[in-house]
Amino acid sequence: MNHAALLVAVMALATALLRFLPFLVFQKSVPPYVLYLGRVLPSAIIGMLVVYCLRSTAVFTAPFGIPELLAALAVVVLQVWRRSALLSILAGTVVYMVLIQLAF
Amino acid sequence: MKTNVIRHAFAASLPVMAGYLVLGFGFGILMQDAGYGVLWAFAMSLLIYAGSMQYVGVGLLSGGASVVATAVTTVMVNARHLFYSISMIERYQDAGRCKPYLIFALTDETYSLLCDGSVPDGVDANRYRLLVSAFNQSYWVLGSVLGSLLGPVLPFSTRGIEFSMTALFIASFTEQWLTADDHIPALTGLLGTLLCLLIFGADGFLIPAMLLITAVLTLLRGRLRSGKEAGV
Repeated sequence: MNHAALLVAVMALATALLRFLPFLVFQKSVPPYVLYLGRVLPSAIIGMLVVYCLRSTAVFTAPFGIPELLAALAVVVLQVWRRSALLSILAGTVVYMVLIQLAF
Repeated sequence: MKTNVIRHAFAASLPVMAGYLVLGFGFGILMQDAGYGVLWAFAMSLLIYAGSMQYVGVGLLSGGASVVATAVTTVMVNARHLFYSISMIERYQDAGRCKPYLIFALTDETYSLLCDGSVPDGVDANRYRLLVSAFNQSYWVLGSVLGSLLGPVLPFSTRGIEFSMTALFIASFTEQWLTADDHIPALTGLLGTLLCLLIFGADGFLIPAMLLITAVLTLLRGRLRSGKEAGV
């Protein structure tokens, strides 16, 4: 099998495993510690993924992460103002594309 | 199949439609740019169906990652799905034949639509949840295919479109910040990961970050629990 197809299969199986595992392991009752993690981890992981997405941003060489910073600010401000994730994502992405294509 | 339940499910899925079409479109373009055509984008969106993982997966495919690295990365990026599933165990208990697909299709967005458990009056809950889940995946698959096919012929440069994933997480982070009573979990995730990035560098910080976050939140358990007991 071609390596790329193998990687797609691995990603599909690992993702499905994560989704199915709790249903298989905790069929009857869920331990309180696991319930606690289920409550606090999702927002922590989102914070982790924000950093993950920006991990390769070069902050000490031009353009010093300025396009990322401005686009991220646009997303935060729009989300606080309008509470529409789609609007925030679309506008933030357009801001970023315009900045790196035209300004930097 | 009653049209009533289809209409309710479709209406509920509308907020996700545009987001999935756009993010799927971006994924299709990135795949095309990495040298993987429409069948690859279609297969990944059908079989993996995890937005951020698929964006990360483009890099794994084009970089020729190993099977082990791919498996570990998938587990790290998608670990949050364990917790979505945990909080849906009771709700999906009597889902019958629909259950396997409901579990498979439990993405961030589908979870956010179904996690409060409300179902329109006079509508079969399982059928409604199944349809919402399936509508959402159809938008994702359609967006991926369209991006793959139309991306190369767009009359403008798509350079920078990958920021849509970053924007997705920043928007979710902001929204959770606005609705959460306690900001400690979100700050632990953000600052803990930043610390690990500074210490371990961009290639190896994800696993230490997961461990650090879990450890810190475990230590804070008594403190955080006193606020509001599990809403799950």
